[in-house]
Amino acid sequence: MQKNKIDIFQLILIFLGGIVLLFILAPLVGLFVNTEPSQFAETAQDSEVCSSIWLTIWTSIAMTLIFSIFAIPLSYILARKSFPLKGLVNGLIDLPIVIPHSAAGIAILGIVVKGTILSNLAKKIGFGFISAPAGIMLAMAFVSIPFLINSARDAFGGVPERLEKVAMTLGASPVRVFFTISLPLAWRGILSGLVMMWARGMSEFGAVVIIAYHPMITPVLIWERFTSYGLKYARPVAVLFITICLILFVILRILAKKKNYVETR
Amino acid sequence: MLKLDKISVKLGDFELQKISFDVEDGEYFVLLGESGIGKTVLLESIAGLIEPDEGKIFLDSENISNKKIQKRNIGIVYQDDSLFPHMNVRENIIYPLKCNHNSKKEIRDKLNKIVDKFNINSLLYRKINTLSGGELQKVALARTLITNPKILLLDEPLSSLDVNFREKIKSILRKINRDGQTIVHITHDYQEAISLADRIGIMENGKISQIGTPDEIFRHPKSQFVANFIGIKNFYRGKIVIKNKSNEDISDFNIEDLTFHILSDAKSGVGFLILRSEDIIISNNPTKSSARNNFRGKVIDIAHAKLGVEITVDIGVEISALITKESLKLLDIDYGKDIWVSFKASAAKFIGG
Repeated sequence: MQKNKIDIFQLILIFLGGIVLLFILAPLVGLFVNTEPSQFAETAQDSEVCSSIWLTIWTSIAMTLIFSIFAIPLSYILARKSFPLKGLVNGLIDLPIVIPHSAAGIAILGIVVKGTILSNLAKKIGFGFISAPAGIMLAMAFVSIPFLINSARDAFGGVPERLEKVAMTLGASPVRVFFTISLPLAWRGILSGLVMMWARGMSEFGAVVIIAYHPMITPVLIWERFTSYGLKYARPVAVLFITICLILFVILRILAKKKNYVETR
Repeated sequence: MLKLDKISVKLGDFELQKISFDVEDGEYFVLLGESGIGKTVLLESIAGLIEPDEGKIFLDSENISNKKIQKRNIGIVYQDDSLFPHMNVRENIIYPLKCNHNSKKEIRDKLNKIVDKFNINSLLYRKINTLSGGELQKVALARTLITNPKILLLDEPLSSLDVNFREKIKSILRKINRDGQTIVHITHDYQEAISLADRIGIMENGKISQIGTPDEIFRHPKSQFVANFIGIKNFYRGKIVIKNKSNEDISDFNIEDLTFHILSDAKSGVGFLILRSEDIIISNNPTKSSARNNFRGKVIDIAHAKLGVEITVDIGVEISALITKESLKLLDIDYGKDIWVSFKASAAKFIGG
């Protein structure tokens, strides 16, 4: 009797879960099914599409690497140190996830428009933010950085503090402890955070379109083709972009799957 | 010499209050106390990992209270292995040498020496998660001792080991200490303390309540905490001698001129014998029983305990028996009376030391 009950319950779980999976998969599969191979090939040779995909990939990778230099130390501090208003800082980090991305774009625009400190500094060095790769990167980073910080903070938190203490008694300086103990042991979580940040940044539309309509990253190009020419012209671009994203994402996830020493012990 | 002068630390639920003690060079000092009373906090204060609220720590007369952890030359080995899981055994052991910028030759020489000392040559390229509990502790000790620390701090190093490994690690610790290493070891296990310590410090309620040799501590406990340990009054240091006759499972335990017969599989050597007062039988005449130890002696003390009466008899050494008030009356026991004391060989507990 009880066995039957469990079976029915499991069936309900599988049914409900299946609907969610179908909800995610169906539109994507539909996208692929409805795109003819000839359209796909044609799009792959379209120079505007190719340069847009390349721009999206390199800006998202570059912003992930650049911002990780600042985000990883912050994650370590959040995992290891106690300080006043730490809860507030943790909440602040999640803020970009909850605000509408177009609003985020407007907010970023406020600090990079002509006359601001940041724009003046950039001008001196020789680049700008509006309608430029630097602006794209800033918008991508703003909306995606919480993924890296949260993941890296949890990863550092998972490193036994005792190992860091022992390393210090063995003569290691705090810098050496960070680079030889904390960072390698937290690396899997950090890498996973980097991948998530990169993926989220690459798919950003709302914040980027406000700062840089041109040069066009692929999400903006898809939008542009859809509004100007319709679904037929937008779909092959979306398919090509999703395919490339998926391939890169799978490769990085495999790389990130390296053995986690702390968890396996 | 390590000297702690009125160290006070408040950390969460723990509070250490004005802890003071000295540890002589080459001494094996054991801090004995129940779990969760802040023993680790004290050890980490000595190592510099926790800053005491008050008090000073001296090492060879130098005040090291504010000295950097890395410069204190104090090594620490914890109960749970604290080896770096992303490095193999060799990388773990040479980690401190790399921190101290030793040359390749120095690293090779020191590594070879320590590996031979701990007999861990076959483990060098093993991953940490493939080692047994005993191997992990050996490697952790080797990694700490490769730096020649002035003081070796041990935080319950035997607690997570099974009996076999525990004895092996104990014997390694004794050897390290014999070679001149000063050791401060914390534990909640009184047997561990007896078998290793030159001196024991008893920690209770955040304070040191008594310091002395194992003999002093267990014979003259100053607190209920120590007194709660079993058979404390009957505590003897002596030498166990194994009889070679294969049909006998009895060993002799010699205390000066006196010999106790005990049931033990320990190897010949010095150690401690513990007898619970409850296991000692008193009679007016010699009796024939399974008790292999029968001695005649004089009653030198009669003390009323919370439950029963504790009779101390001089049989060459002092031995205490816990009997009922009824037995006291029945046997007509009084000061100076000659009586017989007996106990079974299996009632004696030998702890190698």
